[in-house]
Amino acid sequence: MSKILLLQGNQAVVEGAIAAGVKFFGGYPITPSTEIAEQLAERLPEVGGKFMQMEDEIAGIGAIVGAALTGKKVMTATSGPGFSLKQEFIGMACSSEIPMVIVDVQRVGPSTGQPTSPSQGEIMQARWGTHGDHWLIALTPASVPECFDLTLRAYALSEKYRVPVILLMDEVIGHMREKIELPDTYADIPQAERKQPTVPPEKFLPYSVDESLVPAMPAFGSGYRWHVTGLVHDETGFPKGTPEATLAAQNRLRAKIENNVDDIVQVENYKMEDAEFAVIAFGGAARTAYESVDMARKEGLKVGLVRPITIWPFAEKQVKELAEKVNGILVHELNCGQYVLEVERVVAGKVPVHLYGKYDNEAATPQELLDEIKKAMANK
Amino acid sequence: MTMEKLVEKYFRPGRLPHIWCPGCGNGIVTGAIVKAIDKLELAKDDVAVISGIGCSSRASGYLDFNTANTLHGRAIPIASGVKMGDPRLNVIVVTGDGDSTAIGGNHIIHAARRNIDLTVVIFNNNIYGMTGGQYSPLTPIHSKATTAPYTTIEPAFNIPELVKAAGATFVARATTFHAQILADVIAQGIAHKGFSVIEAVSACPISFGRQNKMGGPADMMKWQRDHGVPLAAWDKMTDEQKEGKFPIGVLHHDTSKQEYTDAYDGIIKTAQGGK
Ligand code: SF4
Repeated sequence: MSKILLLQGNQAVVEGAIAAGVKFFGGYPITPSTEIAEQLAERLPEVGGKFMQMEDEIAGIGAIVGAALTGKKVMTATSGPGFSLKQEFIGMACSSEIPMVIVDVQRVGPSTGQPTSPSQGEIMQARWGTHGDHWLIALTPASVPECFDLTLRAYALSEKYRVPVILLMDEVIGHMREKIELPDTYADIPQAERKQPTVPPEKFLPYSVDESLVPAMPAFGSGYRWHVTGLVHDETGFPKGTPEATLAAQNRLRAKIENNVDDIVQVENYKMEDAEFAVIAFGGAARTAYESVDMARKEGLKVGLVRPITIWPFAEKQVKELAEKVNGILVHELNCGQYVLEVERVVAGKVPVHLYGKYDNEAATPQELLDEIKKAMANK
Repeated sequence: MTMEKLVEKYFRPGRLPHIWCPGCGNGIVTGAIVKAIDKLELAKDDVAVISGIGCSSRASGYLDFNTANTLHGRAIPIASGVKMGDPRLNVIVVTGDGDSTAIGGNHIIHAARRNIDLTVVIFNNNIYGMTGGQYSPLTPIHSKATTAPYTTIEPAFNIPELVKAAGATFVARATTFHAQILADVIAQGIAHKGFSVIEAVSACPISFGRQNKMGGPADMMKWQRDHGVPLAAWDKMTDEQKEGKFPIGVLHHDTSKQEYTDAYDGIIKTAQGGK
């Protein structure tokens, strides 16, 4: 049995987290993500989970690292300034391979910017915010039902690859109210499993891997005593800083993601079958783009939408194929042009790539985007 | 148990020798921690040791428990998450003076306020050792440091007073000279259900002692002997006699406050009882 509800995107994330089996949240209040903390404070103890409002953003993500080590599925949620503060821990989670989901409801920046206005200015920060080379996953929902689905998927990926997953929302989607159909009980929802050791504790090497390249992660207190560190480490988990050990560690962290892009990367195509021109847009900006594409179609223009659901790793294969198919691309994003840089890199001059970046605190109207599409098509 | 036996039982094979300088007090504090654990007969699987970054924080890697050497200043929030995730675990935080009272200063006062059941052992060597001798919030005023070539003008924190005011329910101090007292107060801190802080006054002959003409490791231990006063004697001293010295032992112990994970279990009951 299921029920139809009218929920905000942020609320759908909360329900997705409960359905995914999240048992610990650590965070700090910040607009426009606060609803996630408020509602998890209520929902988590109902399911035997725990919520902690920490003293700052850093402690929020720190606490979830600790709870993850005890085997729990964990979440933190934040926005702009808080996302900046959490970056060091995101790097630790990449290095030590600690599964977690970080929800970032983007807002206008830099600095305090515009707390309540929509923006997609944290696309590059989501990929490169922490120092050093690292590999992680970022997903971007474009509707309230998708907030629920992608939260579940974020846990599936995070546990499977032992990697932090960023659920990259924007204010449009976080605060939008839409109908969503939810099951009456989450009991039947498949739970992502964390890989467990197949050898007894005395034979356990915490960072040794099989062909999946993902090490097993027993919980603290389970009888497997292991060491966690953000220092470069070898398969024993202890620091080892030789060039060989460093190279091996980095190459594995990279390969466990890059070898699996077909599993990780999702892109939606809308009216692309016969499209001669493509709009690329995601999250809140994609909502405008669906309508603009429909309007263009009514005028007989063969325009389609390519909507990356996985923002990182970049949909390299899909964009390469797109460049073979259409004769022009317009990237529409709520910033001065971030995702477009990757599109340009991959398209590599094959077809013209245009940018419609909107960064005045307001989402574009479908008509504005349609005008930009027409302009771009005219000088393709 | 002799120290050799303790090392065999609680240190990870193959991880020694440690990285600490000859004459460093960190080994003595780490030894006191395992003595305390042994005294309480805790199973190794039931102990988590979480450290930050710095000389002392390397101790977690040597110890055969559930361990994490994390980020500078952030051991306490991580330890809080470990405790919330699995309250059965005895969670010990190994941290330095800079790690816990400068970059991590916000975390220690809030963990104290919550009275979450962690045992924080602060290796106080009065300096940033790993980075080579910059002044910390525990460097005594008018000391030299590589970042205070003209001496420091900042007064130092009094750790026990700081954490007691913030809400810690067990507060103790000892020195590496008073190693037995140190092990005893750490054991009491672990046994105490609530937020416990033990300041372990420790010698850093290389990064602090040298710059401040404290002599060698033995001289620094003598300094601890002459300046750390057991509480019973301290209470009988005049203010004049106390000048420049500090009390050691259990300085504060309050069992009347509810512990945080217990309190949270009450929240779960309320939330679930509502249905
Ligand atoms: S620098 Fe000081 S605290 Fe660090 S290992 Fe050397 S003596 Fe010990």
